[in-house]
Amino acid sequence: MGYQAHFRVWRGDADAGELRDYQVEVNEGEVVLDVIHRLQATQCPDLAVRWNCKAGKCGSCSAEINGRPRLMCMTRMSVFTEDETVTVTPMRSFPVVRDLVTDVSYNYEKAREIPSFRPPAGLAPGEYRMRQVDVNRSQEFRKCIECFLCQNTCHVIRDHDDNKLSFSGPRYLMRIAELEMHPLDSHGDTGGDRRELAQAEHGLGFCNITKCCTEVCPEHIKITDNALIPLKERVVDRRYDPLFGLFRRRGDRT
Amino acid sequence: MTEIERHAVDVVVIGAGGAGLRAAIEARARGMRTAVVCKSLFGKAHTVMAEGGIAAAMGNVNPHDNWQVHFRDTMRGGKFLNNWRMAELHAQEAPDRVWELETYGALFDRTEDGRISQRNFGGHEYPRLAHVGDRTGLELIRSLQQQVVALQQADFREFGDYEAGLRVFAECTVTDVLLDGGRVAGAFGYWRESGRFVLFEAPAVVLATGGIGKSFKVTSNSWEYTGDGHALALRSGARLINMEFVQFHPTGMVWPPSVKGILVTESVRGDGGVLRNAEGRRFMFDYIPEVFKEKYADNEAEADRWYTDPDHNRRPPELLPRDEVARAINAEVKAGRGSPHGGVFLDVSSRLPAAEIIRRLPSMHHQFRELADVDITREPMEVGPTCHYVMGGVEVDPDTAGSRVPGLFAAGEVAGGMHGSNRLGGNSLSDLLVFGRRAGLGAAAYVTSLGQDKPVVAMADVDQARQRALAPFGGSPADGPPENPYTLHVELQQVMNDLVGIIRRSDEMELAVKKLDELKRRARNVVVEGHRQYNPGWHLALDLGNMLLVSECVARAALERTESRGGHTRDDFPQMDPEWRRALLACELARGPAGAEAEVRVSRHVQPPLRPDLLALFDLAELQKYFLDDELTDHPRWQLRERA
Ligand SMILES: Cc1cc2nc3c(=O)[nH]c(=O)nc-3n(C[C@H](O)[C@H](O)[C@H](O)COP(=O)(O)OP(=O)(O)OC[C@H]3O[C@@H](n4cnc5c(N)ncnc54)[C@H](O)[C@@H]3O)c2cc1C
Ligand code: SF4
Ligand code: SF4
Ligand code: FES
Repeated sequence: MGYQAHFRVWRGDADAGELRDYQVEVNEGEVVLDVIHRLQATQCPDLAVRWNCKAGKCGSCSAEINGRPRLMCMTRMSVFTEDETVTVTPMRSFPVVRDLVTDVSYNYEKAREIPSFRPPAGLAPGEYRMRQVDVNRSQEFRKCIECFLCQNTCHVIRDHDDNKLSFSGPRYLMRIAELEMHPLDSHGDTGGDRRELAQAEHGLGFCNITKCCTEVCPEHIKITDNALIPLKERVVDRRYDPLFGLFRRRGDRT
Repeated sequence: MTEIERHAVDVVVIGAGGAGLRAAIEARARGMRTAVVCKSLFGKAHTVMAEGGIAAAMGNVNPHDNWQVHFRDTMRGGKFLNNWRMAELHAQEAPDRVWELETYGALFDRTEDGRISQRNFGGHEYPRLAHVGDRTGLELIRSLQQQVVALQQADFREFGDYEAGLRVFAECTVTDVLLDGGRVAGAFGYWRESGRFVLFEAPAVVLATGGIGKSFKVTSNSWEYTGDGHALALRSGARLINMEFVQFHPTGMVWPPSVKGILVTESVRGDGGVLRNAEGRRFMFDYIPEVFKEKYADNEAEADRWYTDPDHNRRPPELLPRDEVARAINAEVKAGRGSPHGGVFLDVSSRLPAAEIIRRLPSMHHQFRELADVDITREPMEVGPTCHYVMGGVEVDPDTAGSRVPGLFAAGEVAGGMHGSNRLGGNSLSDLLVFGRRAGLGAAAYVTSLGQDKPVVAMADVDQARQRALAPFGGSPADGPPENPYTLHVELQQVMNDLVGIIRRSDEMELAVKKLDELKRRARNVVVEGHRQYNPGWHLALDLGNMLLVSECVARAALERTESRGGHTRDDFPQMDPEWRRALLACELARGPAGAEAEVRVSRHVQPPLRPDLLALFDLAELQKYFLDDELTDHPRWQLRERA
């Protein structure tokens, strides 16, 4: 059943690196991460790769396989023909640490800049009541495994590294949308405005809804349609509705 | 000696899963400067993989539920070997811990009236598991992670520094706990990325490192599960209890080979899935043990009615505790009634409409479609037992989570006692929160009690830790060929799987002990290539020592316990023995004669007796199946019992 596959793996560090060629055994049912592990065990014990669950749940093993951003543990070898070269490179939008491992601290920094969930005043733990239909949308966004593939793919930072300063990327704009749509978040009640924040501080305006982020999301979250576009519409609402704009906070949700 | 990166804090939490993060949140809330150290990126600890749910007797779905019922189920599941005080605290405090997650922003699935929905699970009398589809662990860890961020934001507002009170050291591995006169003084580790060493000076360390599954070949556990915390505890002088009890989850994937062991959540059965053998028979009806006959249906009609009318029907035997189901599957396969790839069939496709399956079990649907080309809405899955959870762990005080080493605390999977001989599904996530919080409290109280009398790290110990960590780079070994850590790891996994696996025998375990000895000797000759920057071969070489130590504990304790109970099944002693119920096996490292290596010693201790009011929660007749008569004289009905 097994066959010898031709792999090209990027090896190197922050300073320099190159694609190296390997012949490596592949068996039935395997995924790319299995093959990378076989390389580690048999040919290059110091090949650096991040992984954890090997079941598509932790979002550690992101890389680019034949140029496509994917999880290595969820990419079956059967999607390639036996004579196809499989090229594995680190995510391009983040600085390389070593081999397939990148420095993803940008994401953690952005996460820290978003005001957290603010519990509702006057409700004790255990008293929260929310209808399933009202939490569905935020739950969809909370399926995010933080693989950062969408961040890696979005052209706003992929092609312009400087934008990282003012653009938080689809994952974190979606996080703002998630909190904005959380039925019990009271950030707005205390004068905060998450939509304005998305626009002013997190670069929502950079997004020109190309949907590339949605395409690579291994959790199939409709990032653009369900999070970014509604967030943009709400911002527009908020800005151009002179009659209600300033007073309306959560009225559109009750 | 070169300079080393140092951080002086009050509490070091090793591990950023549910237990570690909850401990850190609590310690920080008590004013402790807290460091959380973890091997993976922040938010990716093993807890993220938990699927089915978190058990808490909130009574949202069935109002009859309360902490006493949860306590009873937990003790039954553990075959009454549980530390009763832990089981009591756990059952009482779990609801508060779940509700607290909502204040961090968690969004659980809801009931019709807007409360947290709860689902059925093996061994739980009522629907009890709060859940989010089948990705509950992700919700749990993300909520805690986001609460950590919230606390950091508060610190930023106050001090202009996000990390003033609580800092996460991600991709950093702790290799030694450092002591000063028997008390904790700090921890030593290395950054995975750079290979540089780091020293934490702290009077309290909370171990929250999770489990040991990577010592077994077929496992649902990730690479992190190398038993580091168990080994750190042993080497610091703490004791491990219940190490013979390892849970094999009945349903892991069996095909294709590269995903063998990956978990298939128990919710599949909780939501109606049934187990069949190659002949199409629902074989679990043939495996209902005597002690559970009153609670489980003996025919399909009643079992099926239970899903809609649980108050008037007994539950389906597919929902027996995990050890029972795992053994049954094992027996069916051995008897030649298995599925093509050596498992049995788990079928939900004939039980629920496709849309309902996708709604309730989205990640299972995804997992089978992506990894096995199986559409679970149309065809059955093939499943078999997989090493899943270790009941054994650090012996701790139930109220403070403190070990017998001053300043050393443990919570979560690395702690022992709570689950006795077998853990119920859903009881781990709740355990993490209940005892994570208590460990944070315990550590804070301990640090406060020290005042100015703080232990000090000795630089000689730091040097020694450094030498130990660098040993695999040492070049050719003196007494034998150089060894490859990957090869040794594979051999270790095979030994544990074949000789100390789901069914055990004394001759096999003796052989295992011998082989482990040999592997230990060879592990001293491990040589790694390359440099220290992000070098997985080196990381594995260091983890290997921990896995070997912990595996030895499992094998030696298992050899000692001459009965079958929960996650310890012996071919040569198939019965449960009440004498053994009150026996605890403890492992510790005993210093050999000068110069010789420390070795694992197993000793036998008496379980603390159950408090009378807790005994009274059970029928005397049920207790008599597990306990010796002289342990039951405090039961309120003892005097009235029928005399034989
Ligand atoms: C597939 C799967 C599904 C499960 N489903 C459920 C479920 O539905 N319900 C339930 O209750 N339980 C479930 N469990 C069990 C439960 O998930 C685990 O027992 C639990 O998550 C363990 O949490 P923890 O906090 O103890 O450790 P973990 O979450 O495993 O975290 C351990 C942490 O310690 C760190 N660490 C380890 N060693 C070191 C070291 N040397 N230095 C620094 N850091 C270190 C790791 O990096 C990690 O951050 C499941 C388990 C698996 C594998
Ligand atoms: S839709 Fe917006 S966020 Fe997503 S990739 Fe396109 S520009 Fe980036
Ligand atoms: S939204 Fe999807 S692609 Fe982006 S980080 Fe989350 S899981 Fe990954
Ligand atoms: S290893 Fe966890 S997502 Fe791939």
